[in-house]
Amino acid sequence: MNMELSRRQFLGAVGAGAAATALGSLGFGEIEAAHAEAIRAFKLVSTTETRNTCPYCSVACGIIMYSRGDRTKGEKAEIIHIEGDTDHPTNRGTLCPKGAALLDFVKSETRLKYPMIRKPGSDKFERVSWDEALDRIVRLMKDDRDANFIERNEAAVPVNRWITTGFLAASATTNETAWETYKVVRSAGMLVFDNQARV
Amino acid sequence: MTNSWTDIKNTDLVIIMGGNAAEAHPCGFKWVTEAKANRGAKLIVVDPRFTRSASVADFYAPIRQGTDIAFLLGMINYCMQNDKVHWDYVKAFTNASYIVKDGFAYKDGLFTGYDEVKRDYDKSTWDYVIGPDGYAVVDDTLANPRCVWNLLKEHVSIYTPEMVERICGTPKDKFLKVAEMVSECSSPTKVMTSMYALGWTQHSKGSQNIRAMAMLQLILGNIGMRGGGMNALRGHSNIQGLTDVGLMSNLLPGYLTLPTDKEVDLETYMSTRGFKPLRPNQMSYWQNYRKFFVSFQKAMWGTAATPQNNFAYDWLPKLDVAGYDLLRAFELMNQGKMTGYICQGFNPLLAAPNRKKLTDSLSKLKFLVTMDPLDTETSRFWENHGEFNDVDPSQIQTEVIQLPSTCFAEDEGSLTNSSRWLQWHWPGGTPPGEAMTDNWIMAQIHVRLKDLYRKEGGKFPDPIVNLDWAYADPNEPTAEELAKEINGKALTTVYDTADPTKVLAEAGKLLPGFAALRDDGSTTCGCWVYSGCFNENGNNMARRDTSDPDETGAYSKWTFSWPANRRILYNRASADLNGKPWDPSRKIIEWDGAKWSGYDVPDILPTAKPGEVGPFIMNPEGVSRLFTRGLMRDGPFPAHYEPFESPLGNLVAPNVRGNPAARVFKGDFEQFAEPASEEFPYAATSYRLTEHFHYWTKHVHVNAVLQPEFFVEISEELAAEKGITRGGWVHVWSKRGSIEAKAVVTKRIKPLICDGKPVHVIGIPLHWGFTGAARKGFGPNSLTPFVGDANIETPEYKAFLVNIEPIAGPVA
Repeated sequence: MNMELSRRQFLGAVGAGAAATALGSLGFGEIEAAHAEAIRAFKLVSTTETRNTCPYCSVACGIIMYSRGDRTKGEKAEIIHIEGDTDHPTNRGTLCPKGAALLDFVKSETRLKYPMIRKPGSDKFERVSWDEALDRIVRLMKDDRDANFIERNEAAVPVNRWITTGFLAASATTNETAWETYKVVRSAGMLVFDNQARV
Repeated sequence: MTNSWTDIKNTDLVIIMGGNAAEAHPCGFKWVTEAKANRGAKLIVVDPRFTRSASVADFYAPIRQGTDIAFLLGMINYCMQNDKVHWDYVKAFTNASYIVKDGFAYKDGLFTGYDEVKRDYDKSTWDYVIGPDGYAVVDDTLANPRCVWNLLKEHVSIYTPEMVERICGTPKDKFLKVAEMVSECSSPTKVMTSMYALGWTQHSKGSQNIRAMAMLQLILGNIGMRGGGMNALRGHSNIQGLTDVGLMSNLLPGYLTLPTDKEVDLETYMSTRGFKPLRPNQMSYWQNYRKFFVSFQKAMWGTAATPQNNFAYDWLPKLDVAGYDLLRAFELMNQGKMTGYICQGFNPLLAAPNRKKLTDSLSKLKFLVTMDPLDTETSRFWENHGEFNDVDPSQIQTEVIQLPSTCFAEDEGSLTNSSRWLQWHWPGGTPPGEAMTDNWIMAQIHVRLKDLYRKEGGKFPDPIVNLDWAYADPNEPTAEELAKEINGKALTTVYDTADPTKVLAEAGKLLPGFAALRDDGSTTCGCWVYSGCFNENGNNMARRDTSDPDETGAYSKWTFSWPANRRILYNRASADLNGKPWDPSRKIIEWDGAKWSGYDVPDILPTAKPGEVGPFIMNPEGVSRLFTRGLMRDGPFPAHYEPFESPLGNLVAPNVRGNPAARVFKGDFEQFAEPASEEFPYAATSYRLTEHFHYWTKHVHVNAVLQPEFFVEISEELAAEKGITRGGWVHVWSKRGSIEAKAVVTKRIKPLICDGKPVHVIGIPLHWGFTGAARKGFGPNSLTPFVGDANIETPEYKAFLVNIEPIAGPVA
């Protein structure tokens, strides 16, 4: 067997400490066992693997994310490594210079952490709570909708449109988010509605 | 894509024109390499720059940006003149034989019915002659001078190799070499694939660029074939999905359309969406429109959508214009007609054209909301960053609310790639700080808005308060709940219409696919083209079976491909009139005397007899269209139009400026440089570098380091002419704005000779802004014109005019 290729799955199953012994008991030759022992404990052994796809272009390469901690068990999970998914039919494990650096996207210093408000004329953002931010948004939306909503056109046909507030949807949100967004935006009567596919 | 990334390995010839897959889609480009290495396929690249795709091509031909239609119609002309036509395919599977109405004509760059004031056409003559039996009149002999084939032949006859050279700057011998290689794929056993991206869409006639290649592919018989097709590489990871789910001004999910003011009720709306077959015995799949529409309305409003209220037809807003796209939104903002704007994962300050207009527009809003994992320029448009964002915050009264959202690594759900595969992904990390999922944020907006309407009343709250929102946690619907809604379910038991004893779906169960949809309100379905993605078999988008019988590249058990898990669209056209594959080595499906079967889900009713039912079932003709009737705003055939800003006039229609049917707002026309302008003599274009992904990787340390600094790319000849040194600083300006950059002087760009005069091309990469880990810089949108494609309003980013001069550069 090819030690280099199988090491990860194998160690993941039996645990790094037991690796050398287990290899011996499974009947591998002494040389391979010695070789395995010489390699320091593999950093990804104790991590949780999660399948995902690269969020950049629409080749949508398969990736595997390795985290310390397991979200599915309610733990705080910190992603420490991302690599190409060798099982994926399109990319077969390869990644481009963008996909290969995805970890730095997840951990970017300019990832946003808190809701912020910039008041009219101000030169800075101020941190606010989610409740404050969301209540303010729906207040602004409703005031505008109630002031400018067009229920009927000149021919008295119900047209139910709201064209003074617009919504620009994304390019990398999921289809499920897209559908939810569609429901929220359209039910409000919004027509100024577009997404990144336009450009 | 009509096909998929993995299918590209089946091709004989790849033509990359309007894209640069080796740099922009590197891991997909490997399938080109596979085809070259394993079956001796050839690669042609046609591009203004000698790109990395060109560097591994078998043949490269230069072209001036914005002249692709002349080149493509030149190739169609070449094929027609040299009898390089897949005749059996063209006669049976296209509308070549259809007779066009008298009155339709093309003259001096315009089709019949042009209204100069409206910049629009009366398209009534752009149609077939309909016989007394209600069907389109055809002439199978192609002898009638008014048949599509003969009109097309005449239409393309002006695009001779000499004319192509004059317009495109492609030397005649190079054009002829490309045409010859391409024309060989008219053989039933040779197949070409077209790979294109934003190099074709970002033009004022982008849709017609793509149509022209689609027409060529039909003439060569390459649509529906393994290794063939029209393959849009697409930009972002889910713009395919966002479009499929209909997040555009005029769309409903699944390419249904929103009503207009003229469609006063459901029956009027449906009257133009009947899609009666135009040929005897033909299947016209859009005849199911009402099922898709009613099921969508039920997914939106549940029990509140009833037959009595026409399934809440009036609750949909109606359009009074063609659409409120991104450009119109900013135009309205600039006119002071908008109050608020909400940007979800979109950075329009850098992504939309004419930066100055964008800043002016955003400054006139009362409020702006952004949701993004990253600190975008848009959310900080009011902040002064010196020359990179020269604004005075005290003068900007817009209230800005910036919301932190999760990124892919912390989020669950499906994305649709360019192969149309809906691939599920799982969250692996904990979001930073208080970042929340978009699902939570959108739910909060809805739930809180609904609460305000319940408490305070207000304008027409019905569609908001009755929106179906039956999620286990109304504060955050799960991806799985939403995916099931998209797939659709049976409200009452659905029976097979052909065999009423057969149950298709029990009441309350998920639907197997869109064939089970009904128009009586008994089914729901958020997006019909996705139906089947999450049914009683489970989450098909999460499937990870990599089996691929006979290595066709289909991977039919890997995730879910819309529609109906079909991997190659129009695959019925891969077989002849008897149902036998044109090329046995490329079999996809085959007729066995009773039904269609093979490697893929047939793109036709499995029992539809070959020779009786045409393969293009989404068209009421059953055939594909070389002539598109009145379905496109700027003509049933593509025609060469110059970009709105062009280094020369239109050689085939000297009186026409730009695309005559493209919408131009009043103030913007004044901001276009004149054709052959002396003030702005150079032809600029924009592109992306392989280390970068638009404006995102600006926030990613590794990528910011790999390709750190903003630059513009020019030829050695232009550098010599202007006294610009390699690595020296330059000032580049258009009629709308100006930038400063270092000059990269390369051999990759060479001056083109167009109509006897040299045209210098200037390349302007996009990535830089004023937030993130990268150095500050400018984007091409400081320079680009505010005009879009006539049909879909994609901004003209790929062809515009600038001037350039060397400058001293900043003090270090």
